[in-house]
Amino acid sequence: MNDVYGPIIRDGLWKNNPALVQLLGLCPLLAVSNTTINGLGLGLATILTLVASNGLVSLFRKKIPDEARLPVFVMIIASIVTVIELSMNAWFHELYLILGIFIPLIVTNCAITGRAEAFAARNPVGPSVVDGLMMGLGFTAVLVLLGAVRELIGQGTILSEAHLMFGEAARNMTIVVIEDYRGFLMALLPPGAFIGLGLIVALKNVIDARQKNKQANVPSTEATPAEA
Amino acid sequence: MDEVKTKIWKVGLMLALFAIGATSLVSLTEANTRDKIIENERQTLLAAINALVDSNDYDNDILTDTLLIPRVRQLGTSDFTDVYRARKGGSPVAAVFTSIAPNGYNGKIKLLVGVYYDGTLAGVRVINHKETPGLGDKINVKKSDWILQFKGLSLTNPSESLWKVKKDGGDFDQFTGATITPRAVVTAVKKSLQYFEKNRDELFKEAK
Repeated sequence: MNDVYGPIIRDGLWKNNPALVQLLGLCPLLAVSNTTINGLGLGLATILTLVASNGLVSLFRKKIPDEARLPVFVMIIASIVTVIELSMNAWFHELYLILGIFIPLIVTNCAITGRAEAFAARNPVGPSVVDGLMMGLGFTAVLVLLGAVRELIGQGTILSEAHLMFGEAARNMTIVVIEDYRGFLMALLPPGAFIGLGLIVALKNVIDARQKNKQANVPSTEATPAEA
Repeated sequence: MDEVKTKIWKVGLMLALFAIGATSLVSLTEANTRDKIIENERQTLLAAINALVDSNDYDNDILTDTLLIPRVRQLGTSDFTDVYRARKGGSPVAAVFTSIAPNGYNGKIKLLVGVYYDGTLAGVRVINHKETPGLGDKINVKKSDWILQFKGLSLTNPSESLWKVKKDGGDFDQFTGATITPRAVVTAVKKSLQYFEKNRDELFKEAK
């Protein structure tokens, strides 16, 4: 079991993270990551869609004609997003008023078509659902991190307006990191999103390179690698 | 050639099947959620109106006692909009209507304005805007209480010439780093009051 799911989990969260490595779904990622809570909102909606679309695509993978798989994926994803939007509007109206604006953005997230094509179309339902969940979590983690960084630099707070998502009790969850901060507008505007994402990608690459160096240094004392 | 034809038919049929499946899914969901969504939207609208005019102050069904007005240049509207009329015992209490500030920093700012029959403001709320987060978005009641200051004001309080932001010599605070947004809102509210003053009796005409 672990052999199947281990790599899927590692891929989604780190090694093949949709936002940091595949650089998919930049449109919603950059547009909605101006605060931590916005990032979290879009992330949650994306997870839901990814899990559902991966599950459905995988379920029908043997029925989908290869030549017409893209239109079918688009059809499946678009209907899932519509169903989620309508259901949320009907039964979780409060949440819908907050996340509602993010849901149509998900249709433009190519990470979802990407996972349908790259994973769900050739794997059983179980792993596909896990892949959707992990890719979604990986995407959300980057969104929340980028949102927090932009919010901190842009307006000196973290988790402002948490009550929009967690209710009135969360009103004092907001952490004012820098008192009387004058704000740094660029971080909140689109250029801040690009620069912020660039820095996070760079950070990931540095961590990966360090890890690689460490691993390379340990065995090299015992055995010299055969390949050049 | 025949092989291609068969394939087109086969794939086309599969596509059609998926289309039927997807459409059924969406249609069934739509049918099952329609009433609930309409009711939710009604409640949200009612809550928005009641945030301006206290529900104890009127006794009519404000959501059906509406007047459809064509586009009004003074209100910045480009289409028909509804005016919601609050009455108590048949006599007019307040009107709630949409007003659009066309000159926000980043496009239109849509406002819901409530005015009591005597011309004082019941309140103003921003329904929709694209102002800069962290700066201009303080017009949103969820971010700051700036918008609440309009309650109780009228064209005589402050006098008409003071319906400007402080930077322009008026009575209203601007935000640090953002003048254009509050300027647009103040002007739009002032124009709404002027419109109301001129058209008050028209606005409260009983529906036929």
